[in-house]
Amino acid sequence: MKEKRKPRFTGEQLYHIFIYVVLAILAISILIPVAWVFMASIKQNVEFYGSPWALPMGVYWQNFVDAWTTARMGEFMLNSVLTTAIALALLLVVALPAAYVLSRFRFRGVKLLNTLFMGGLFINVNYIVVPIFLMFVDADKALRGIGIDGLFLNNIVMLAVVYAATALPFTIYLLSGYFATLPKAYEEAAYIDGASYTRTMVKVIFPMAKPSIVTVILFNFLSFWNEYIIAMTLLTDPKGPKTLPVGLMNLMKAQNAAAQYGQMYAGLVLVMLPTLILYICVQKKLTQGMTLGGLKG
Amino acid sequence: MCVLPAVLLFFVFMILPTFNIFRMSLYKWGGFSSNRTFVGFENFTKLFRDMKFLQSVENTLLLIVVVSVITMSLAIIFAAILSREKIKGQNFFRVVFYIPNILSIVIISAIFSAIYDANNGMLNSILALFKGADAEPVYWLGDQSIVIYSLAGAMIWQAIGYYMVMYMASMASIPESLYESANLEGASRIHQFFHITLPLIWTNLRTTLTFFIISTINMSFMFVKAMTSGGPDGSTEVFLSYMYKQAYTNSSYGYGMAIGVVVFAFSFALSAIINAITKRDVLEY
Repeated sequence: MKEKRKPRFTGEQLYHIFIYVVLAILAISILIPVAWVFMASIKQNVEFYGSPWALPMGVYWQNFVDAWTTARMGEFMLNSVLTTAIALALLLVVALPAAYVLSRFRFRGVKLLNTLFMGGLFINVNYIVVPIFLMFVDADKALRGIGIDGLFLNNIVMLAVVYAATALPFTIYLLSGYFATLPKAYEEAAYIDGASYTRTMVKVIFPMAKPSIVTVILFNFLSFWNEYIIAMTLLTDPKGPKTLPVGLMNLMKAQNAAAQYGQMYAGLVLVMLPTLILYICVQKKLTQGMTLGGLKG
Repeated sequence: MCVLPAVLLFFVFMILPTFNIFRMSLYKWGGFSSNRTFVGFENFTKLFRDMKFLQSVENTLLLIVVVSVITMSLAIIFAAILSREKIKGQNFFRVVFYIPNILSIVIISAIFSAIYDANNGMLNSILALFKGADAEPVYWLGDQSIVIYSLAGAMIWQAIGYYMVMYMASMASIPESLYESANLEGASRIHQFFHITLPLIWTNLRTTLTFFIISTINMSFMFVKAMTSGGPDGSTEVFLSYMYKQAYTNSSYGYGMAIGVVVFAFSFALSAIINAITKRDVLEY
């Protein structure tokens, strides 16, 4: 703001300086907190009682070791990786053919199904998480009668199934939008060459839909990896499996009592790092994909 | 055949639970016991006398207004700057602004808990530079009249980048020739912004308004769950956190689901109203 008094700046230059200052302020306000977490993750516990701006006295890797073993973050990490992987695989296996058929073939009820899936875009998981939980409670109760225990609650595979199911409307919407733009001539050529419907779909159409499949994987990876409301509700057993964000939240809640700051920030880094690395690699695709899909969150 | 698994999953985990919300809201149903009594609309009438629920309505409305207005104006301004001006490092800024959107809400909550911490928080230590070191700390998350704005701050921080990228995309489709002719006629930047940019992205703005309503309702729940748990003393209780508390923690499922139904109806009605007020003739270019 000092520049205002100096006459050698023209209005145009002032305007540019002002713009840069504003942009820089926002960029800093985003980068500093994120960088701060990385810094805090290598601080020793005593350092947290000093100034928050003090640089770490040394690299204290013990935080990560503690988080990994004592706070069970290693186990949670594995759970998160598994849940995300299973959910993504299931989602693709189920959604790809469905989206293809719904966008290409005309049969009775296709209109209704399309409308239903579109309507599904407006159903938010936060509303339906409790009914899903109750459904699982009932199902578990029924199964206990025939000797199967804990199939639904506290099971990361079922959690992955729920993730995949709740991601279906968005995924199908995005994919069928893309399938609709592909010219029909390719399929006709394949049929003439004697390929079956299934073969055409897998060998001809899916490879062509690769860009949109990548977008779908990216978005759903982020949402599955970061999700915690469903995970928190369906993984009820305190000693049972947890995903990384849920474990982290428990650590945050316990933080005040036990003052395990170092561990907590190490845990934060563990959750954040995969998404940040992924983002840096594919940021262009992600921001483009967002405008392609247009709907999220 | 190919659609069957998808339809099945979709029905079991989305249609059925949604249907259940409406059905259960008519029952009095507590705990894991199976005694559910049909009570009709009693849950709903009880709801409108529940002071805690009314407070959550107030909090949610406040958040919707504050978060939408600030996020939207900032996002539009930054989008306009980044897409209209020739700026070095334009891509860098875009990439950085989008970062909060890829982080888990749990992480953002943890970060903001560290920022807002009363004793060793970043915000208070910056304020201390201006007020002197021994000034009374501000209890960002402890003071009942401040905490809701602290929450709004975290939500705005999270959302700006997302909407900015979205506005940039729709601004990119405005033909350059419009700005060129405006320049020739000597229209100022601000004039151009209000008379070219804003009217031409109006449709997009309207759509995002609906997004704002729906996502504020959802996001506020996720932030509250991870940051304040509705406290202190219900001053950050929002729609869905109250529903969750009633249904999951308190096990009054019927009552909780009635809240869900009301919130659902509310968000629909509000979106419809906003949509009707902001209706303008679509401009072609």
